[in-house]
Amino acid sequence: MLHRFRDRFSARLLLAALMLPLALGACSRQESINVYSARQEALIKPLLDRFSAETGIAVNLVTGDGDALLARLRNEGLNSPADLFLTSDAGNLYRAQQADLLQPVTSAALVAAVPAHLRSDENLWFALSLRARVLVYAPDRVDPAELSDYAALADPVWRQRICVRSSSNIYNQSMVAGMLASQGAEATEAWLQGFVANFARPPQGGDRDQIKAVASGQCDVALVNNYYLGGMLRSEDAEERAAAEQVQLFWPNQTGRGVHINISGAGITRSAAHPEEARQLIEFLLREDSQQWYAEANNEYPVRPGIAPSELLQSWGEFRADPLKVSELGRLNAAAVMAMDRANWK
Amino acid sequence: MEIAKPQSTVVHGHPLQANLWRASLLLSALVIAVPVLVIIASLLGPYSDAWRHLIDTVLADYVINSLLLMLGVGAGTLLLGVSAAWLTAICDFPGRRFFSWALLLPMAMPAYIIAYTYTGMLDYAGPVQTLIRDSFSLGFGDYWFPQIRSLGGAICMLSLVLYPYVYLLVRVAFLEQSTAVLEASRNLGKSPWQTLFLVALPMARPAIAAGVSLALMETLADYGTVAYFGVSTFTTGIFRTWYGLGELQTAAQLAAFMLLFVFTLLILEKRSRARLRFHKNSTRSFPARIVLRGWRAAVGFGIALGILTAGFLLPAAQLGFWAAGSYAQVLDQAFLQLVGNSFLLAATASLCCLLLALLLGYGRRLYPGRAETVATRVASMGYAVPGTVIAVGVLIPFAWIDNNIDGWLRAQFGVSSGLLLSGTLAALVFAYVVRFLAVSLQTVDAGLARIRPGLDESARSLGHSPLAVLRRVHLPMLRGSLLTALLLVFVDVLKELPTTLILRPFNFNTLAVRAHELASDERLAAAALPAIAIVLIGLLPVILMNRSMPREQEHA
Repeated sequence: MLHRFRDRFSARLLLAALMLPLALGACSRQESINVYSARQEALIKPLLDRFSAETGIAVNLVTGDGDALLARLRNEGLNSPADLFLTSDAGNLYRAQQADLLQPVTSAALVAAVPAHLRSDENLWFALSLRARVLVYAPDRVDPAELSDYAALADPVWRQRICVRSSSNIYNQSMVAGMLASQGAEATEAWLQGFVANFARPPQGGDRDQIKAVASGQCDVALVNNYYLGGMLRSEDAEERAAAEQVQLFWPNQTGRGVHINISGAGITRSAAHPEEARQLIEFLLREDSQQWYAEANNEYPVRPGIAPSELLQSWGEFRADPLKVSELGRLNAAAVMAMDRANWK
Repeated sequence: MEIAKPQSTVVHGHPLQANLWRASLLLSALVIAVPVLVIIASLLGPYSDAWRHLIDTVLADYVINSLLLMLGVGAGTLLLGVSAAWLTAICDFPGRRFFSWALLLPMAMPAYIIAYTYTGMLDYAGPVQTLIRDSFSLGFGDYWFPQIRSLGGAICMLSLVLYPYVYLLVRVAFLEQSTAVLEASRNLGKSPWQTLFLVALPMARPAIAAGVSLALMETLADYGTVAYFGVSTFTTGIFRTWYGLGELQTAAQLAAFMLLFVFTLLILEKRSRARLRFHKNSTRSFPARIVLRGWRAAVGFGIALGILTAGFLLPAAQLGFWAAGSYAQVLDQAFLQLVGNSFLLAATASLCCLLLALLLGYGRRLYPGRAETVATRVASMGYAVPGTVIAVGVLIPFAWIDNNIDGWLRAQFGVSSGLLLSGTLAALVFAYVVRFLAVSLQTVDAGLARIRPGLDESARSLGHSPLAVLRRVHLPMLRGSLLTALLLVFVDVLKELPTTLILRPFNFNTLAVRAHELASDERLAAAALPAIAIVLIGLLPVILMNRSMPREQEHA
């Protein structure tokens, strides 16, 4: 019995030992770059493959939570194999910037493609796509004329009628951070009190669950990222499609600062062994045809001005987006979480 | 078995050999303990202002919810695990043989996946409640229905997937119990119920304690389920502090406090039975099982089927239903690669864990010194820590070693070695060992505890070395426990997500990673296929173990 264990074990050990140099080899090949990505594989791999086909530069990928990848990057330090750090929110790019993990990129193409408020001042990182935090409502119970901006959702007429997910979610944190930036601490805290009092149920589930809750009548209005509604409308699951078709999208803040937006974005690491190739990849991702695919794959909006979003997104109409510098969302994230804790937003 | 005064298990061997055993035990334990110690070391560091905020606002919530969750899951796994073990090990009823392995199946179900399936079925927008509303034309708030996404819901979900730890260990304990004692109890006129509570359960206490503490440690480490259900526990608090406040140091301190709490609990539990011994007699006789007839048989069958249905059949059916609509998108060439990767990792890690558990468990039996005991305890604390936190505990020392080697080479020879350990499969397997050693160690320990030390002494007095005694006496007797340990870790690694996510090499995916990527995008239907694959691969060792379980235990 032990013999069998021993044999099998040594075989595994041998295998692991063989794979080690292979893994190392994969990292050190000249014509490849390494990406740490918080954007999941399905939403980026096809584009990376296209990049490799065009340029002959292979792209190696590790995906994971943005914060965890950031911890890995930070600990690996100057020896980190990562050339590019790709996130699905502004906060982690800001944190990478604060920890001095990114290097400035000089590229006229990138500066031209990305509006100033969607990249860092020193061009340490660039947005790749935009997502908006929108309202969905049940048209049979809510007259869209009653809806206006986020602030109005603190009004007692909405008591027991609002669904939203936990404040541990980064997009809720960013939204409140955006409010802190534009309206200040006092107004934001007062708004939070009223808003939390209007919840129809304790925060739970994901954004799709909030949409389903509106569709099934558990609440009348929900706050969600636009791409979840898009994902449900294009879902392979008939029930999801049916639920999504029962709700309507509303663009909040259109008379004020504009709807809250967050970004997915990327920056070149300070440790990058291939900064040139990494820059090429960012430029490729911001090229017109890539932008179209990258945004459409996740029902997001392209960053590059003048690129039309997908047909589905066009059907939701034009909107005014908050022109706030997205780095502010990262700067104020901790303050936002504390404010939500104080307001007892679970 | 006997409940007697403690007797020494120390059999003094050759001093050199003894030193070798102790040295390798202490060294391995120390190396495995490093990530946990890194986390605990955060307690020495500076305490940020975030603490003030946490104490003022959410900390009490985290603590209370975590305690309630532990209490609930402890009771739930105890109830489900012990009743399943009693039914299949001691009683006989139609279908017993089938249930004896089928009741292990829920173990292969990742907790957050079962949470998704039950939410899909029982949520307000789900088919069950919709049917109720449509049938009686009701609206929101017109009727009462248990809220699935709640603390109670989380307790149910975790109990359903974690009871197999209790079941497996307690079942082996029941099977290996000296049946003469059970018979004596019956002959003295005690009813089966009295026998259960007065004899069998007290005798199985080490196994129960091991099983429940595993379930509770896993409960504390769970993030996916509680986060989805919106229950603020200590673990969600750790992540909120790290991700939301950007305070990794404070998050590590929170994790360290949780570790100290678990450590204290485990020590108290061990203390409370320190003066008891739970050895079985080496002779075995197999009396007739308690044969259930008539309505009793129906009740036994019903309980077993109920547990199996709730823990496996229903969620698996929901997954199958989802997968039926989406398999075409997910099933491709890369999918086979995922299966291979998952299998290889799980097999390697479970073997490593088993060998180390034998080294530590048996070493401590030979030399039960204080240093050895503390070292093994600390080494097996990783199970109570959320995977991502352990991953950081692994990252820090590995990157430190790598960067120092690199720096030294640069300074001496002007060449760079880059990162040698970080980002390799070896680092990942190491992290699994740190995380799951407790599982194999508890199982091996529970098995060893049932072998009376007299046996060691007799064998040693015949001139055999400790290793020979281990090989020729203990291993054959431990076969069931060893297989159990292998199986548990195998399935755990298969399901493991956060550590894999952060520590894996480039371009390396597993089934759990794929399931998570889809589920985190809230594409549950697409996540169903990799989830089913995890369950199916998890079945393989269950079946294997069922086949190679000592035949006599399955006597008629």
